[in-house]
Amino acid sequence: MNLILHAPILAIAIPLLGALATPLLSKLGKTIRNLWIILSLLFTEFLVLILTYDVISNGIRAYTLGAKFPTDTIPTANFIPVRIILGVDAFSVFMALTSVTIVLIASIYSLKFIKERTKSKYYTLLLLLTAAMVGLVFTGDLFSMFVFLELLSISSGVLVAFYFHKGEVVEAAFKYIVISAIGGLMVLLAIGLLYGHYDLLNIAALANTLTFSFSDKVALVLLISAFAMKCGAVPLHMWVPDAYGEAPASISAVLVVASQASLYALFRISFTLFSALPTIEIVAWSIIILGVLSMFIGVVMAILQSDIKRLMAYHAISQTGYMLLGIGVGLAVIGNTNALNSFGVTAMEGGIFHIINHAIYKGLLFLTAGAIIYRVGTKDLNKMSGLAHKMPFTTIFFLIGALAIAGLPPFNGFVSKLMIYESVFRFNPLLSIIAMLVSILTLASFVKVFYSAFMGPKSKEYNKIREVPKTMIIAMLVLALLTLLLGLFPNIVVDNIINPAAHALIDQLKYVGGIL
Amino acid sequence: MINYFPFLAVLILIIMGLSAIIFKKNLIKIIIGISIIGSSVNLFLISLGYRSTGVAPIFTNAPKLEMVLPTPQALTLTNIVIDLALIAFMLSLVALVYKHYKSLDIRDRRLKG
Repeated sequence: MNLILHAPILAIAIPLLGALATPLLSKLGKTIRNLWIILSLLFTEFLVLILTYDVISNGIRAYTLGAKFPTDTIPTANFIPVRIILGVDAFSVFMALTSVTIVLIASIYSLKFIKERTKSKYYTLLLLLTAAMVGLVFTGDLFSMFVFLELLSISSGVLVAFYFHKGEVVEAAFKYIVISAIGGLMVLLAIGLLYGHYDLLNIAALANTLTFSFSDKVALVLLISAFAMKCGAVPLHMWVPDAYGEAPASISAVLVVASQASLYALFRISFTLFSALPTIEIVAWSIIILGVLSMFIGVVMAILQSDIKRLMAYHAISQTGYMLLGIGVGLAVIGNTNALNSFGVTAMEGGIFHIINHAIYKGLLFLTAGAIIYRVGTKDLNKMSGLAHKMPFTTIFFLIGALAIAGLPPFNGFVSKLMIYESVFRFNPLLSIIAMLVSILTLASFVKVFYSAFMGPKSKEYNKIREVPKTMIIAMLVLALLTLLLGLFPNIVVDNIINPAAHALIDQLKYVGGIL
Repeated sequence: MINYFPFLAVLILIIMGLSAIIFKKNLIKIIIGISIIGSSVNLFLISLGYRSTGVAPIFTNAPKLEMVLPTPQALTLTNIVIDLALIAFMLSLVALVYKHYKSLDIRDRRLKG
């Protein structure tokens, strides 16, 4: 069997199979189950890696479900693509790589972090969530995008409600699922509007025939607002601190990439479907304004928090703002080749690079918060003190994550933020200044966390606290190393993965040509 | 004119559902609002797919070979299943909320912010 030919569908099917087989295999013993989970995730990671290599060197890979040969996207009987088509381009594989890597690390971390009794349920849901994320970024038609979005909402909603013996957790999960349900229905309504007009669901075929009538614009507004709601941009960000704050820490790290999958959908819709819209600048400016608002309000709210995970969740909102800002600037100048080449591409590269950087360092921060909760048992910053004496590794990892999120060299956050500042400054200096100000405020709030949790005298209460188990340290170590490596050698990543991803978004015709 | 009635109904139902979600203080009523929006989206898809002289795509029964493409019906069926799962999950969460707080009013909450 030709593995690379079937890799797109296998990358969705393997975690799905892993999810459904986990409860059965857990009857055979916990070693077999753990081995099965890690192996299926490793295999998915391997598939995504070979797919990344293939897509970046050979261009878009299309996979048609149910066709005699996977690359026959258009059936011979009629001339429209009626089958479900997976379209994998450089931006999709980039997102899939980010999400699968974070899930793999979070699942290694959870081997000790989650209590044995509930572990098989936990991993079933986590693998289901992985399948949904990979499916959402790989799919080439709108309706399966909706299906995967709902699968993502339900599985992550259940994971948010994982500690359901606490009232706050149930409340957070309810909030999250209500937002997801409304967002999902809005997406479906928009898909119905587009289908009613063109009889097409395939993104590439739609991009080819879109005439930008009034109903298309309504559909665009519905899609953008729904996905912005799901990725936690500011006007509807209130579910983020609750859901991230109340979920198990390893799930908070995965939720970051899960909301980035909605970010992917937002960019895929606005670039691939609507970038030829005559009034695209209005769309771009609304994305930029959403980004700036998220950045600023997120960080201001974060400073006020005394719960370590809510604080990090507000920072997640603020960092999402950077991605929206960077890629929104790219969208604003998409019709202007000169501006695009001089700073638009760099802004988009910065935004896209920030996606993976944010996933890595915010994952690291959430995992360190989880380590503190695992040993100390509280999320309240005012009750912690002097943990650096007892948990040296966690302290170092936290420091690395905090410096990276504040954008200090030599960590990865610095590189992508610098790319965004530089390019956005040439677009509009004011936006760039706001972005820098937000970065300073971020540093301020993490200094506060560092002092109140790790510094200070040894307290008697915490005499018996030890460092966390080895698997948790390994997971955090991998993320810390990635933070450092991406910060020290950004060129390798930017040239080989980020730049093709940015061009995959800009070049709408190439996507259409690659699929049809 | 009569052809537009389903779409008008869809619009009215969506507004009803949204206002229930925004203005009602009871968790169950919020779920009812979501359920109304879900049904109205289903109605929208089904009325999009209606062709007055169309032949249902059931090969053994079809009088002629030209049949309607059943995509809207497939979309609707999928959405019904997804809605069912979502609403079941939401209701189970509401049951848990009631167990913890002995109240379904959204103003009785513990989570700040």
